[in-house]
Amino acid sequence: MKEFSEYKGVYVFVQQVEGVIAPVSFELIGKAKELASSLNTSVSAVLCGCGVKALADELGEYGADNVVLLDDPELRDYMTEPYAQAMYGVIDYFKPEIVLYGATTIGRDLAPRVSARVHTGLTADCTKLEIEKETGRLLMTRPAFGGNLMATIVCPDFRPQMATVRPGVMQKAERVPGRRANVMPFNYKIERNDRFIEILDVIKKMNEAVDISEAKILVAGGRGMGSKENFKMLYDLADALGGRVAASRAAVDAGWADKELQVGQTGKTVRPKLYIAVGISGAIQHMAGMEESEIIIAINRDETAPIFNIADYGVVGDLNKVVPMLTEKIRALKNED
Amino acid sequence: MLNIVVCIKQVPDTNEVRLDPKTGTLIREGVPSIMNPDDKAGLEAALRIKDELGAVVRVVSMGPAQADAVLREALAMGADEAYLISDRAFGGADTWATSSTIAAAVKKLPFDIVFTGRQAIDGDTAQVGPQMAEHLGVPNVSYAEEIRVVGDSLIVKRQFESSYQVVRVKMPCLVTALTELNRPRYMTPGGIFEAYREKKVTVWTRPDVPVDDGNIGLKGSPTRVKESFPKALKGKGEVVTLDAEAEADYLLEKLREKFVI
Repeated sequence: MKEFSEYKGVYVFVQQVEGVIAPVSFELIGKAKELASSLNTSVSAVLCGCGVKALADELGEYGADNVVLLDDPELRDYMTEPYAQAMYGVIDYFKPEIVLYGATTIGRDLAPRVSARVHTGLTADCTKLEIEKETGRLLMTRPAFGGNLMATIVCPDFRPQMATVRPGVMQKAERVPGRRANVMPFNYKIERNDRFIEILDVIKKMNEAVDISEAKILVAGGRGMGSKENFKMLYDLADALGGRVAASRAAVDAGWADKELQVGQTGKTVRPKLYIAVGISGAIQHMAGMEESEIIIAINRDETAPIFNIADYGVVGDLNKVVPMLTEKIRALKNED
Repeated sequence: MLNIVVCIKQVPDTNEVRLDPKTGTLIREGVPSIMNPDDKAGLEAALRIKDELGAVVRVVSMGPAQADAVLREALAMGADEAYLISDRAFGGADTWATSSTIAAAVKKLPFDIVFTGRQAIDGDTAQVGPQMAEHLGVPNVSYAEEIRVVGDSLIVKRQFESSYQVVRVKMPCLVTALTELNRPRYMTPGGIFEAYREKKVTVWTRPDVPVDDGNIGLKGSPTRVKESFPKALKGKGEVVTLDAEAEADYLLEKLREKFVI
């Protein structure tokens, strides 16, 4: 086995866009704390941007021991090349043992580019990260084969060990107000080269307010809904419960719900307190995105639907009747209180 | 005339994969192989550029001999040349070694644009495209939803979770395509005839790909699979069949028990 004693610390790439840190970054810091405690080392958050120093406080409160700060006009907006240079610089200088990235569209663009540049392994979309006791290696477990299999991956001969994790998979550590991280400004020169691109425009998506991976309660509809109009009853139920509406891929493909609402392998991973699956049969790809939900309720007319295998409470019946009745009963109950 | 390379992968149609209910293992038999959907969108994007501006479209795949089928499909859709990188020495590669191998092969071809799919449905890593761009030393734009050629550059609409960037990237460059990019054309009967009778698939084995032994196959892979196992499914809960009113009451009761309402 190779000697890696100079590689130390668990590092997290902090994703910030327009001065707002993505929740997944805090989730990764939470996981990094656990890993760091197994390894008797510290957690460093790598914060890239322009004029973002103030965000270091929040990172400290969520558990980062150090914040490596790269403040550079070239890092104002996310672009692959300057960010890859920044992460390359951090890895080259600080020699982390582990680097974690959110498996967001940014993380999934940046991390592979960095892995190729520093010549180390990268494991995508990990659902479990732990330290192997005997060796101190990072065990990275991820779904394989469309979510049908799980595989545990190691990176024995290269450092850092790098992984991406989807939003909503790990849990944030409790925020400790006033806890401060040690801020370490890192002056690394970002060089313009022919791999730079030019941002011409940024277009906001219309419904950006709805982030289903943040919702505590989700009411999700699938193929069994039958039409876009029928989704209305899901919104009514979600309203009564104070939750959000989500959808399976079949419902999104049919045009009944927006792609942003899609749960599953090609959509989002969610772990709400309550997930109500309405007219969703439960393809493996869908279940991969929601099976960690605390309570799962399924409403489906087909008693053999695989969703019933993971549901805590299932009812076999006509969703067109059960859903509106349930909504009414919840409303009535709330009016009593 | 533009030169475009499209990387495609033959994948099992994972939507058709089922688990053996007794053993919990995968039933692989009888699962059809298809051209990876994101890759097909990349191919379609290349063919549209060819239709509009003229281009030579070359498709490249790495895999076993059977991957010939997806290359023929690409030829039948309108690609001009096809290359299959196939050798046992390349087997067992992780994304790092895969990208280093394909990049070395692509370097043998002229290219202004390289298309890859965002991700393959059997691996879902989305890593090989950006890693290839790094090995090729060109910029990459991931998650492309729209593409236009303007002069020596591409204008790409790039998807993020809650926004899009419209970016200008100079060629040569690499773009990873999303299925949202377009609706791929079908093969034509004439195209199929040509693909099998007139066009050929060039097979590149180990000696044809100029890449170090340390950067290919299992040996050149920084990551290793320690173990794989079927996913433990959550235990089955209660399932009831009552009349609609009673079912609504049942769910209401459960929600109260669990303090949701």
